[in-house]
Amino acid sequence: MQDVDEIVQEFLVESVEGLDQMDRDLVALERRPADVELLSRIFRCIHSIKGASGFLGFSRLGDVAHAGESLLSELRDGRLVLTPAITSALLQLVDAIRLILDHVRDTGKDGTEEWGALISLFQTLQTGKEGNGKGNGNGHHSAESPASVPTPEEFGAVAAAPETADPEPAGIPPGSSAPPDAPVVARERRSDPVARSNIRVDVGLLDRLMNLVGELVLARNQVVRHTSLKADAGLTATAQRLNLITTELQEGVMKTRMQPIGNVWSKFPRVVRDLAVQCHKQARIEMDGRETELDKTIIEAITDPLTHVVRNSMDHGLEGPEERVAAGKPAEGRLLLRAYHEGGQVNIEVSDDGRGIDPERIKAKAVQKGIITAEVAARLGEREVFDLVFAPGFSTAAEVTAVSGRGVGMDVVRTNIERIGGTVDLQSVMGQGTTLRMKIPLTLAIIPALTVSSRGIRYAIPQVNLLELVRVDPAGAGPGVELVHDAPVFRLRGDLLPLVDLAQALGGPRRHWTAGGSRDAISIVVLHADGRPFGLIVDDITDTEEIVVKPLSKLLKNATLFAGATIMGDGCVALILDVPSLAHKAAVLATGQGARREVEEEDTQDQTRRAATRLLIFHLGDHHRMAVPLSEISRLEEFPADAVEWAGHERVVQYRGAIMPLIQLADVLGHEATSPVAGPLPVVVYARQGKPVGIVVGKILDIIEETLPPEVADSTLPMQSVVLQGRVTDLLDLEAVIASHEVVQPDPEYSTPALAEAGV
Amino acid sequence: MAPPSQLCTFHVDTLFLGISVVQVQEVLREQETTPVPLAADSISGLMNLRGQIVTAIDLRTILGLPPRPEGNRAMNVVIRTADGAVSLMVDDIGDVIEAAEDTFEPPPDTLTGGARNLVLGVHKLPDALLHVLDVDRVLTLETVPAACAT
Repeated sequence: MQDVDEIVQEFLVESVEGLDQMDRDLVALERRPADVELLSRIFRCIHSIKGASGFLGFSRLGDVAHAGESLLSELRDGRLVLTPAITSALLQLVDAIRLILDHVRDTGKDGTEEWGALISLFQTLQTGKEGNGKGNGNGHHSAESPASVPTPEEFGAVAAAPETADPEPAGIPPGSSAPPDAPVVARERRSDPVARSNIRVDVGLLDRLMNLVGELVLARNQVVRHTSLKADAGLTATAQRLNLITTELQEGVMKTRMQPIGNVWSKFPRVVRDLAVQCHKQARIEMDGRETELDKTIIEAITDPLTHVVRNSMDHGLEGPEERVAAGKPAEGRLLLRAYHEGGQVNIEVSDDGRGIDPERIKAKAVQKGIITAEVAARLGEREVFDLVFAPGFSTAAEVTAVSGRGVGMDVVRTNIERIGGTVDLQSVMGQGTTLRMKIPLTLAIIPALTVSSRGIRYAIPQVNLLELVRVDPAGAGPGVELVHDAPVFRLRGDLLPLVDLAQALGGPRRHWTAGGSRDAISIVVLHADGRPFGLIVDDITDTEEIVVKPLSKLLKNATLFAGATIMGDGCVALILDVPSLAHKAAVLATGQGARREVEEEDTQDQTRRAATRLLIFHLGDHHRMAVPLSEISRLEEFPADAVEWAGHERVVQYRGAIMPLIQLADVLGHEATSPVAGPLPVVVYARQGKPVGIVVGKILDIIEETLPPEVADSTLPMQSVVLQGRVTDLLDLEAVIASHEVVQPDPEYSTPALAEAGV
Repeated sequence: MAPPSQLCTFHVDTLFLGISVVQVQEVLREQETTPVPLAADSISGLMNLRGQIVTAIDLRTILGLPPRPEGNRAMNVVIRTADGAVSLMVDDIGDVIEAAEDTFEPPPDTLTGGARNLVLGVHKLPDALLHVLDVDRVLTLETVPAACAT
């Protein structure tokens, strides 16, 4: 019942809007009777009201609309010429439909009035075929439509008819070309409460609002930055408030542009049904998470790729009923669409329980098409093989069917998804099905980005491309940057990470590496493009900031390494790096080194990978090694010691527009505090029930990947000792540590000296 | 094309140039610009004009003139184009000049170099020759920097 009400409500809103438009159009049409577009719009409006009323069972409304539609179709086809009388009658029709709609709104029914007079007026007009007072076009049109038998009537009689139905527009003199003002009076008499809880807003206006909010975010960033340099409590408080309001406003405006993904999905049941019939298959579609919301522009951008993927699944993925039954599966195939939020992105999965993809067949095909050589194919790991599906010119369809294989390949899907900053990957198990997963950003307009600098110029890197940051420290262990022939690489947890020098990629001089391994201090931003990691060497890593993406001028259309530009907090312009282009330019994505590297990884580590845990290693005190599973940590931050403020008995810092409590890990564990260090406090940010908690540690050392012994991995002890990298390390359960901290609130008299020691 | 009558004038090296005031949005002192690596030489960078990102073109490079001497600050003539605002970096700003149509003459055949394509003609002012810059050509020539390097 609820659904029906919603449909009726929507019908009312739409119809009332349509009628308002029709009022204006009719008046305009009277001035420009030859305007086909106006006439078509009026016709469509009446037509859709008629259609919907039939569907919703409002037969009286349907009759009235039908009468109008018939007359309009005569007008549209040129068999009838618009006269003031017809215009008046049509305006009456609008009013009559409004009355009926009001009735529907109040009672849910379309009333008992028959509107016979109005309908017969329309029939009269339709068969009237008179000329108007001036007689223009009469003969011409009669010749065109000899089929309709005229029953000539004096125009005066027709004009009199409206008076019996509705007195308003009756006063129009025959032949008058002036638009009647009577309907305006009628409109003022009746307001339209139907549309009160909903308004339709022009998308252009929303776009402009979004742009303005973007500007506001930039201005906010600048204000916050300048305020942080001044010690003015009033100003700081105001800036803080501005900060919060801007964030809320940004969220609000973004929400107005959000649409549930169900809007796109709603057409898929039909698509699937039609395709099933066409391919002689049986299939049902299931949807999970259809209320997941995405920005309108993103919804538009993913519609085509999603449709393509669904068609692909139906055509190639699912088997025919006989084959399925033979394989021990139900005859009816299942297509599952899933959408869910994860880490600030939306994941969309399209999975089928079909035959799956045979990696060998893909390899053979790719070799045959000349995409890769047989030698390369033999070395490919499973993931690379499935990646080939996205290569340009690849299609596994044995034959081109009507459904797919028409040249719009998966490479277009990937291109389209990557254009909006998303990623696509494919997983498949032979005989069990295929899953295609897209990771899509929530919005395009405002994105979090990392700012780095190279040769004195700042650049922004979208965080969706960011995996981690690595600092190669001259004093640290390990060989640092090494060379494979002349290509610099870095050993990241045992894997070779190809390195790209940003300065060189941007036209700077080639950096010289010493062959035996270089231990210069460098900062590496580990990025991923097309699912492959690579390291970008930058001079400095500055900060993260919410940035507003602005397109580059056409004058810069050759600068393909940049996805746009933005204005930073200090008012300067920074270019946004386009990570996939950068990877392509540096040839990271050529099927050479990167692919081989991953093969090794698959071979040697695939078995242990599943059980391996990534751990953050840090010092507490001077030499006390501790480890925390990386999955429990949301971020690593550094705060200057003077950023620490007090809230009650707690030390806090302002973090991303909110107040984050700080926990001195040494205090909680009863260790001696870290030796005084001048400089920023290293803080591990831990999301506890959705709220960030900062844990002050000593010194962050490394991130390693280690397989924990099962008894350790399953243990619930808050702290236990394990041997990591050949050294005894205490593995912490952060949740337990924080829980214990809450029981024993730190004594401020004790905490203050600890804070002082931390470098105030 | 009828030569514009009201001209915003400026100096680039020894050249005295003008464009129609209608095209000019505003004139600014030298702004901080962010260079765009790998872009054409004549692009001197991006600047923040009240929240709009404006591409700046150095007219010296476009016109094949020597680079601006160290310490000389450029001026920005911000013009409106179909693709948003673009800034032309010049050495100095002159007056807005009312130029009569009968003082206009197309460029002499002997004019060569980067300036040949970029100048619609000259106004013969009593004390100087005012070159009328073809803004549309400036905006397209930018993408073929080799053409103005002669």
